[in-house]
Amino acid sequence: MTNDADAILEDVIKLLSQFIKQDGEITESQHLMRDLELDSVMVMELMMELEDHFDISIPLNSLPDVNTVSDLAIEISKLKNQ
Amino acid sequence: MSLLDRLQQFTQQHETTDSDSMAPLGAVIEHLFSATEGSIKGRRMILVGTNNYLGLTFDNQCINANHQATRTYGTGTTGSRLANGSYAGHQDLEKELATFYGVDHSIVFSTGYTANLGMISALVSHGDTIMLDEHCHASIYDGCKLSGADIIHFRHNNAEDLDKRLRRLGDNASTTLIIVEGIYSMLGDRGNLKDIVIVKQKYDALLMVDEAHSLGVLGESGRGLAQESDVEQHVDFITGTFSKSLAGIGGFCVSQHPELEVIRYTSRPYIFTASPSPGTIASTRAALGIISNTPKLREQLWENANRLYSGLKSMGYDLSPEVSPVIAVNVGEREDALAMWKKLFDRGIYVNLVMPPATPNRKCLLRCSVSAAHTSAQLEVVLDAFASFQTPKLNKQLA
Repeated sequence: MTNDADAILEDVIKLLSQFIKQDGEITESQHLMRDLELDSVMVMELMMELEDHFDISIPLNSLPDVNTVSDLAIEISKLKNQ
Repeated sequence: MSLLDRLQQFTQQHETTDSDSMAPLGAVIEHLFSATEGSIKGRRMILVGTNNYLGLTFDNQCINANHQATRTYGTGTTGSRLANGSYAGHQDLEKELATFYGVDHSIVFSTGYTANLGMISALVSHGDTIMLDEHCHASIYDGCKLSGADIIHFRHNNAEDLDKRLRRLGDNASTTLIIVEGIYSMLGDRGNLKDIVIVKQKYDALLMVDEAHSLGVLGESGRGLAQESDVEQHVDFITGTFSKSLAGIGGFCVSQHPELEVIRYTSRPYIFTASPSPGTIASTRAALGIISNTPKLREQLWENANRLYSGLKSMGYDLSPEVSPVIAVNVGEREDALAMWKKLFDRGIYVNLVMPPATPNRKCLLRCSVSAAHTSAQLEVVLDAFASFQTPKLNKQLA
């Protein structure tokens, strides 16, 4: 990953940590819903936070292939560079 | 995991809620004695979870109109309007809705759900954007999904947040449909329509307002929040349902834009659904006439809503943010909510139990909907029941 991608991943993990119940480190390979137990409402809230943090628009329908923390960071990276 | 395994997993997850015969999700109303009383499990209940805001389900004019239309035109239309033709009643109701709202165009759908589905999916498509309030109803979400447009949420009732998100879209903001509600169905709070309209105008976007819970409830003549907020001329499309204040089933959209008529040929949920039955159309027309001519019903509804809200508030309950015919009591954890729902049931009171993720802010809610037809005595029974609960949280608040 580039430095920019690393920085995005780091920020995504930091924001994610505010949404999940579990203690311990969040890793890039973790599944957002299965491992981190995010439900649909939490995902919506998370997206709004991410949009504000990165000053981008993240349409909900752009996320069907986003499963893991890493997928999310990559998607944000794409949207930032559009 | 197989498809059936997934369904079994759902069953297991809901076992706590549905494990006995008094399951909140499976309550069967066996008999109705009036708009506000029925029997469940052989027990006479006060119904405080029906959305029957004006209590018109047993109104004689509505029943007679339904009866006469059914005798004259039959029980069903057996097909869609585009394929099988419209009945005169469909067109008459559309004219009457347009007149009621003071606009030129109106379309009737078969349910409130298909009104939102049909309008949104026909108005926007791939490459367009929808900005919707995060508390919007599932029918709006489903319409957004069906449209193929980009879906972006803004924070509930926060016009500044909407402004920020529209700014990010740049030139695409002008091909955006903003969607909000008159009264939000879970917490019963009004939309912040005046401020939303200012943002809508700034970006030249279109605005749709779902008045499902506010038709017959808000505004000088009962047209809803847009009328109450004096912004009707800035709202592009108003959708709504016949299944609440109008005491039937069906949905509609009204607009001053002549383009609304094109929707009849482009909206799949309109085209491929059987049209509303003659009886339903007739009772809805009668109910619309009553809303127009009987402001006293609205006054009674608000008197009742104020009585229940202030009574619960004085007991220290954590309630939805403003007085409204939808009063949501926040009851904390899932088990507390279920226990309280069952205690209310045992005292002959039926309210709606609503759990996350169907609720905003992950709250477990006992959702009460007030009717103009509730009597003072019925509301006292409801308040007495709530007063009898001594939850630790409530005790703490009272202390």
